[in-house]
Amino acid sequence: MDWTWFHRFGSPPHFYRIAGKLIPWFAWLAALTGVAGLIGGLILAPPDYQQGEGYRIIYVHVPAAVLSTMAYAVMATAAGVGLIWRMNVAHAVAASCAAIGASFTFLALVTGSLWGRPMWGTYWQWDPRLTSELVMLFLYLGYMGLRGAIDDTARADRASAVLALVGVINLPIIHYSVDWWNSLHQGHTLLKFSKPSMPPSMLVPLLLLMLGFVLYFAAIVLVRSRGEVLRRERNARWIAELLGAPS
Amino acid sequence: MMQWLSMGGYWMYLWPSYLLTFLVLVLNVGYARRSARLARLEALRRVQGAAAQQGRS
Repeated sequence: MDWTWFHRFGSPPHFYRIAGKLIPWFAWLAALTGVAGLIGGLILAPPDYQQGEGYRIIYVHVPAAVLSTMAYAVMATAAGVGLIWRMNVAHAVAASCAAIGASFTFLALVTGSLWGRPMWGTYWQWDPRLTSELVMLFLYLGYMGLRGAIDDTARADRASAVLALVGVINLPIIHYSVDWWNSLHQGHTLLKFSKPSMPPSMLVPLLLLMLGFVLYFAAIVLVRSRGEVLRRERNARWIAELLGAPS
Repeated sequence: MMQWLSMGGYWMYLWPSYLLTFLVLVLNVGYARRSARLARLEALRRVQGAAAQQGRS
């Protein structure tokens, strides 16, 4: 198998250039799918037969929850790649994911809590799904804290990558918690292709918003990663060429 | 319109959720852009400093 593309993508100038071209595409597609999903979710979708209009929190809660775990998976994968192949760009991507992932985990917890109050009668329960999501928020904060505590970037990369990889164990726990334990949280709704739990009028806006959040994440991670690459490569010749100064 | 805004009586749970989501989205964009702009400025300053030093020597 030809791995040239992989190593080429790990080259900082190549990554910087490609990321710069991809960002506007991701951003505009995120805006379009997000607006379409919002119109569908807030105006066109019918009320739920049990939860009435209150279920519409789903259109921000589920995309935030999906993004919180996806950002962790991307962060851990990038950290692992950085650790194994000593790829600086991968560490830059991992470092860029953490704050975004943490903010969406916080959002998933708060919106879930606001949904829980009218539906369950409480803002919080030490339920397996809620608790494992809270653990993920602490993992993100721990990752950022560890990075911030170590001055040497290479050492911070290695130590935080190990923490990110250890935390991967929490991802299947979050996903399967509703199957493994008696949970107040509802079971899987989307990953039931044999028998969908939602009619298309409710499902399509949700899928659009999930896609919009994922595209938004891609755009934001790339913006932050470009900045991180610039900081790490500050003495490289390509930076001088890029910024138009004689090298 | 008021009927739609009241969301069947769930407005006090629903709209804060959407407002917070909007804030998280906007703050992430702002922070990412600011961070990238600062990194670029820092790199530019460094490159210009190195060029000025090269010119003097």
